[in-house]
Amino acid sequence: MIVDGSESSLKKYLRTLAPVDQIGAEARAAMLATRSIKTTSKNWAIDMAITMVDLTTLEGADTPGKVRALCAKAVRPDPSDPTVPSVGAICVYNDMVKIARTELDKNGGQNIPVAAVSTAFPSGRASMEVKIRDTKDALEDGAAEIDMVIDRGAFLSGRLGEVFDEIKAIKEVCGSRAHLKVILETGELATLDNVRKASYLAMLAGADFIKTSTGKVSPAATAPVVLVMLEAVRDYYKETGVRIGVKPAGGIRTTKDAMKQLVLVNETAGPDWLTPSLFRIGASALLNDLLMQRMKMRDGYYASPNYVTLD
Amino acid sequence: METKVRIDVKKTYKLFINGQFPRSESGRVYEVKDSKGRFLANPAQGSRKDLRECVVAARGAFSGWSNATAFNRGQILYRVAEIMEGRSDQFVAELIAQEGISASAAKVQVAKAIDTWVWYAGWTDKISSISGATNPVAGPFYNFTIPEALGVVAVFADGKPSLLNMVAGLAPVIASGNTAILIASEKYPLSAITLAEALATSDLPAGVVNILTGKAGELLSWVGAHMDIDGVDASGLGRKQLTELKVAGAENLKRIHSFDEITSPLRITSFMESKTVWHPIGV
Amino acid sequence: MNERSVSNFEYAPALESTTIVNIKSEYGLFINGKFVAPKSGKRFATINPATEEVLAKVAYADLADVNLAVSAARSAFTKTWSKLPPAERGKYLFRIARILQERAREFAVLETLDNGKPIRESRDTDIPLAAAHFFYHAGWADKLEHAGMGTNPKPIGVAGQIIPWNFPLLMLAWKIAPALATGNTVVLKPAETTPLTALLFAEVCQQAGLPAGVVNIITGDGVTGSHLVNHPGIDKIAFTGSTGVGKAIARAIADTNKSATLELGGKAANIVFEDAAIDEAVEGIVNGIFFNQGHVCCAGSRLLVQENVQDEVIEKLKRRMSLIRIGNPLDKNTDLGAINSAAQLARIREISDSGDLEGAERWSPECELPKTGFWYPPTIFTGVSQSHRIARDEIFGPVLSVLTFRTPQEAIEKANNTPYGLSAGIWTDKGSRILWTAQRLRAGVIWANTFNKFDATSPFGGYKESGWGREGGRHGLAGYLKGGN
Repeated sequence: MIVDGSESSLKKYLRTLAPVDQIGAEARAAMLATRSIKTTSKNWAIDMAITMVDLTTLEGADTPGKVRALCAKAVRPDPSDPTVPSVGAICVYNDMVKIARTELDKNGGQNIPVAAVSTAFPSGRASMEVKIRDTKDALEDGAAEIDMVIDRGAFLSGRLGEVFDEIKAIKEVCGSRAHLKVILETGELATLDNVRKASYLAMLAGADFIKTSTGKVSPAATAPVVLVMLEAVRDYYKETGVRIGVKPAGGIRTTKDAMKQLVLVNETAGPDWLTPSLFRIGASALLNDLLMQRMKMRDGYYASPNYVTLD
Repeated sequence: METKVRIDVKKTYKLFINGQFPRSESGRVYEVKDSKGRFLANPAQGSRKDLRECVVAARGAFSGWSNATAFNRGQILYRVAEIMEGRSDQFVAELIAQEGISASAAKVQVAKAIDTWVWYAGWTDKISSISGATNPVAGPFYNFTIPEALGVVAVFADGKPSLLNMVAGLAPVIASGNTAILIASEKYPLSAITLAEALATSDLPAGVVNILTGKAGELLSWVGAHMDIDGVDASGLGRKQLTELKVAGAENLKRIHSFDEITSPLRITSFMESKTVWHPIGV
Repeated sequence: MNERSVSNFEYAPALESTTIVNIKSEYGLFINGKFVAPKSGKRFATINPATEEVLAKVAYADLADVNLAVSAARSAFTKTWSKLPPAERGKYLFRIARILQERAREFAVLETLDNGKPIRESRDTDIPLAAAHFFYHAGWADKLEHAGMGTNPKPIGVAGQIIPWNFPLLMLAWKIAPALATGNTVVLKPAETTPLTALLFAEVCQQAGLPAGVVNIITGDGVTGSHLVNHPGIDKIAFTGSTGVGKAIARAIADTNKSATLELGGKAANIVFEDAAIDEAVEGIVNGIFFNQGHVCCAGSRLLVQENVQDEVIEKLKRRMSLIRIGNPLDKNTDLGAINSAAQLARIREISDSGDLEGAERWSPECELPKTGFWYPPTIFTGVSQSHRIARDEIFGPVLSVLTFRTPQEAIEKANNTPYGLSAGIWTDKGSRILWTAQRLRAGVIWANTFNKFDATSPFGGYKESGWGREGGRHGLAGYLKGGN
């Protein structure tokens, strides 16, 4: 056991992590952003990115109609082209899970999991009882993935044991029914050192995936942040033999953005992570841009938004 | 039978605030005549509310501009000179009309103004070589002094040569990363707006320079009392006005300076702050 | 859940097009504002080291040509350049800077073809730095009285400048920009294997309307260079190259009034302390020795790693090295390009082989080297000590020697234990340690938590046998002003 569950052993361990130099990390991320992905590798990467998209709607104004339309899109992103793969998952609020699951099953999307945000997403400001209830509701309605938020207030004020215990408790609720993504909300953590610490804390507490953001706070999934998280899962695997997944969410809107993410994965954690079971992209607008780029690669000329469906 | 006559399209002279050209919110204009007493234009007469908007714009632009690299600022300032050079004829015509000087004298002034702008563009990445220092303190400490941009600086530029004075006031202020509000000469305001057009088309971020035409005397007290203006180049003010400015400016200890020389690094360093940092040297 | 088979993300070729360059079949010498044929009619070939194809034939300047060039420079100095108001001198340099920016892509492609370095590096580093160097110095031309070099600093006269093949256009900028800004005129000899961007630069001088004779560019070999050094019409030598040649120049001008600035070799220590940000330090190590194929005088060619983190650092370093993409320099994804010449490749091999012979342990990632051209894989030697040849001699290739230290004091001693003193790197999270270490290192350029960073405003040059004088920044002006250096 790396840590024995006590806050002091956790703090001691986190203190042994090497520091992150912000400028150096940014330089590495910027260098990887210069990779030029063309022709065959671009075709492969676009399709891979589509299978990694967690197609998301997390708005107060979400309705059953909106969620159903999103599910149809998830199964058949481009109705005119059956070679386009379906997405990685649907991500909704937990009171929409039942609707999503039903619609996907009706639509040929039985293999597409429903991920639910929980634990008083996005702020995380509620009691433990509420957070557990939140999670159970989603699981009972058919969610196979839970995207929880950490308590950033507890993290920033040094109550790391509390953060750890919350993750552990939600993981227990998930059991074997669902995989657990832990949202660090890196935009609020402010430093890359904190991103590294929070990543390790989440992994030690039982996360199956570490996720950058709720998408409600900017900055979200910036390249240096994703780089540090990929380094964390890489090094954690070396130390424990366990592979943890990474999910950037928020601000990834274009194919170019997605290509940069895949390059980061490829040259940091490594090609083993280039699969939807270890890398997802939380996005909504991205899917249509991937489709338009896919059309351009196929047809040889630039596409127009008129030729991809809104939902 | 028609005669061959072409009526020219006259320019409207508006204010320059946050990268745009609005009229005064007060709706006022004032008449400017040429040196022979003939009508030239009705430039906007800036109000205290326009000034307020200028300060908001300048403050908003300060963080980006002062954090840009010195190289980037130098590039942009040089680009302003490129654009000015392309508009030389317009500057020359306006100076002849307003100041009543000869064409050759106007050309000399315009050339000097452009060269002055180039001079200051070349200082952005050198000022800390002459104004910064490492200080050999008597102890195991690394001690260094860095000059930093001050903030929002108002510039009163007046009198002939009007274009040259305004360039000598504005360029050094923004070279170091300050943002500026130019109160144009009341009698010779037109070059200020043509200069604004050059600024607006040369990659200078919106809000870095804001220009008000109007009655400088009326705006003076508002500039002096504004708590979010950090410094003033008062070179264009007379003794009485300067005193009035200093009395009002004491409330937030504005850094108020006047200069005689057109080209001097002091025009840059006077609107900078020095920050000295100590750090122990030890293993 | 959608499951895709795991596969390697192969990057398809992403070649930069070469249609933007227009390489002539043969070039003349640029003397007095025009291209002229060499007096002897002799020419020699310059090749693309990645493919060994001939790119062009350039002129061979013999003594007669050198005489012509120096006369042109002298005449331009006396009649034109020294009479020009300083502000107008500056404007020519601004024009040159702007044209370099306009033609940046063309220069980058040409540099990659002639030198063998990856297009990403010539595009993102060499060319922008060269343009910035002219831009910076343009602004000094009319401000010299503020440079701390006296109230009325004067140019030296005519400078003879000899530059190396590792950063052809950038080294040209480092020489010509300060010389012209301070009022001198120049005769510059580019390296034998990389003349093309210098010859294209001559076109830029023409486009900028630079008065004839202010810049003269003569191509040739070491003999051409020695004619230039020995020429009585030269007031100052500026040389970047090997320490051996630097010493020869110092001897050659001893009995003259000529001044010299010399940028010579190095064997920099890159010091990684136990509390370094390890991932970023590994990037810094890789950058330090593999950037530009290790053809860098200030390369971090000795890794001095604190013994208690040696295993972790080496393991991460090897993993990182296996990501280095070696191949066609015109591919935008290439990290490591070609070795500049057969001669340099032979030298790298010879010194590296001594590492095997002397008992150090060699490691390179598996990589496929192209069949034509000159290539060397990224290589590290562990178990190296100060007495090994690979710890003392400058290899000037992608070969890193790894040594260890126990205490900060020992790191200092090992780092300074060399006749060279050009640069060094310090990796630690502790500010006071950075300053303490920097204070004790005998090196002219010290990078803390970064490496191979260059800027026109930042003086560059070495202690000890790494040379005389500085280039760049206010300090760099001294070498071109009377009484300065």
